Amino acid sequence: MQEIPTPSKKQPDHPLDDLIRTDRIPHIWCPGCGIGTVFSACLAALKGSGINLQKTVMVSGIGCSGRAAGYVKLDSFHTTHGRAIPFATGLKLANPELNIVVFSGDGDLFAIGGNHFIHAARRNMDITVICVNNLNYGMTGGQVAATTPHLAKSTTTPIGNPETPFNLPLMAYACGATYVARWTMLHTRDLTDSITEAICKKGFSFIEALSPCPVNYGRRNKQKPLDMLKVYQEKAIIKNDADPSTLDIDFEKGIILGKFIDLDRPTFIEEYDKIYRPRRLQENDPELNS
Amino acid sequence: MKPAVLTGEYFMTGDVACAEGALAAGCRFFGGYPITPATEIAERMAIRLPHVDGCFIQMEDEIAAMAAILGASWGGVKSMTATSGPGFSLMMENIGLGICTETPCVVVNVQRGGPSTGLPTHGAQSDMMQARWGSHGHYEIIAMAPSSPQEIFYLTITAFNLSEKYRLPVLIMTDEIIGHMSEKVIIPKAKLLEIVSRPKPKGRKDRFKPFTPGPNGVAPMPAAGQGYNLHITGLTHNEKGYPVMAVETQAEMMTRITEKIQRNLDDIIRTDSFLLDDAEIVVVSYGISARTSMAAVAEARKLGIKAGLLRLVTIWPFPEDQIRKLADRVKGFVTVEINLGQIHREVERCAGNKVPVFLVGHPGGTVIHPDSVVNLLKETF
Repeated sequence: MQEIPTPSKKQPDHPLDDLIRTDRIPHIWCPGCGIGTVFSACLAALKGSGINLQKTVMVSGIGCSGRAAGYVKLDSFHTTHGRAIPFATGLKLANPELNIVVFSGDGDLFAIGGNHFIHAARRNMDITVICVNNLNYGMTGGQVAATTPHLAKSTTTPIGNPETPFNLPLMAYACGATYVARWTMLHTRDLTDSITEAICKKGFSFIEALSPCPVNYGRRNKQKPLDMLKVYQEKAIIKNDADPSTLDIDFEKGIILGKFIDLDRPTFIEEYDKIYRPRRLQENDPELNS
Repeated sequence: MKPAVLTGEYFMTGDVACAEGALAAGCRFFGGYPITPATEIAERMAIRLPHVDGCFIQMEDEIAAMAAILGASWGGVKSMTATSGPGFSLMMENIGLGICTETPCVVVNVQRGGPSTGLPTHGAQSDMMQARWGSHGHYEIIAMAPSSPQEIFYLTITAFNLSEKYRLPVLIMTDEIIGHMSEKVIIPKAKLLEIVSRPKPKGRKDRFKPFTPGPNGVAPMPAAGQGYNLHITGLTHNEKGYPVMAVETQAEMMTRITEKIQRNLDDIIRTDSFLLDDAEIVVVSYGISARTSMAAVAEARKLGIKAGLLRLVTIWPFPEDQIRKLADRVKGFVTVEINLGQIHREVERCAGNKVPVFLVGHPGGTVIHPDSVVNLLKETF
């Protein structure tokens, strides 16, 4: 009789396993997709930040990146298309103790959900928004997005995109975000450091993470799976504090990466407490209570 | 701190009484967007919520308002929004998210004339079918229709209690007339109010499954940040909350979200009656139109017509059994509502072909005059 080998004592397969719902693996992301790398950077940042993970929640919308909430082993909410930010807003206001990370894609956050992004940034809602920007709608098979470069091909711009894409960091800055950064998934350490900083920072933080979609975007734009990574390597210009108005993505001339904005202004909850609930503010003040 | 329950006697509009009912029920979060004729609910909540350590936020649109109250509910707080037709249309997708994720909250629709922008400052009852089927997919919903400012105070509490007990968005389908009408409202002492809160989970957190139904078909509900590592999705999901794209999982989930309502109809459905016991003709109505109908029934009795009123307080789930039973013994039904026949069709359906069903409807913009009902009763019966 053939002997069945007994499995060795379970060792963690990956240092981030404790933050992953391993019973939901394999994930849905395609070969060559960059979302997993951004997701790992996010998990590493959550782990390294020292925040209370039991009080940390991930909220996603719909799309490939929106599936992240289904893989993270934290309280996690996979909401409707574009509505992760207002859902997160309600969650944060109901329990200000929670640390909230919105992890979603460019289509979800900036097309269907664009209005919510604008207003959450304006209010300085104390949440961290991570946008995986893969330049197209991946889950539905590669349609044009609000981030697709001018003239790029997609299934709904078969000859080329007639529109102009958003400059996301400029938009975040203009709307009032207090922390704005952009990295690519190839700049994993910088991305992780940036997410860590954003999570620990009070106020509305925004990080754009450029990420390849070889199956749906690359294929239609004469890019092999590694081509986009080469562009990230060769065309990246790290320029912290760059003027947000100069951050349009130009894959020929260069993609400016870095931390662009890091400032402080009162959050919605701070202002609301000051104006409407001063009693609550006093109760929470350790100096007044001692 | 001012009290949440403002015990006393007041002269109050329906909108304000609705807000006070919500506060008495324990609502501590309101996400809103201005819209006539529901704005006064938001305005009252903006003043009152900070008094009771709650939070009011005016969101950027009704889609965001609905998303925010779902988020707040998972933050462990009773939450609510209020709107009218156009906003109600925008809320539909996230009402569906609330149904799918079994999230308690209350949505008030102070109805005005439609379709589209319609009659912003004039009442109607024409969103009744939208309340039933407005979000995509098949589901059960609870919707209630108050007939006075006093009743909206109590029904808002009932709506919160039912939403917490059965874990779903509960709709209050009022109308501009009730919303803007000022009447005497008595707010009782807090201890006299029955307040229900969502069932809390027990046992080991790592083994907890957020959608394993309890004895009444409803799963206990923890809040975010309590250590349960919840995953909540609008995708079809199993008891663990994990998405599963399978026919069996869909059937299991659908059974859970529909049967928790269907199996508890006696607990959910509320009706009221006036001179119904010996009635030969039953006027079926709700909301402001039930008051029209009451006057008409009284007038008809004076004329020797044996009419009675069945007032629907719960509209959805529809009180089918009551209509069916009445259909066995009465000569006919008259539905009175400010639309061109929405609940009327339900009455027709339940009456079968046993007795005729007539409609006194109105395209919207005003109350129905009792004479229209009396005239129909005189001519027909």
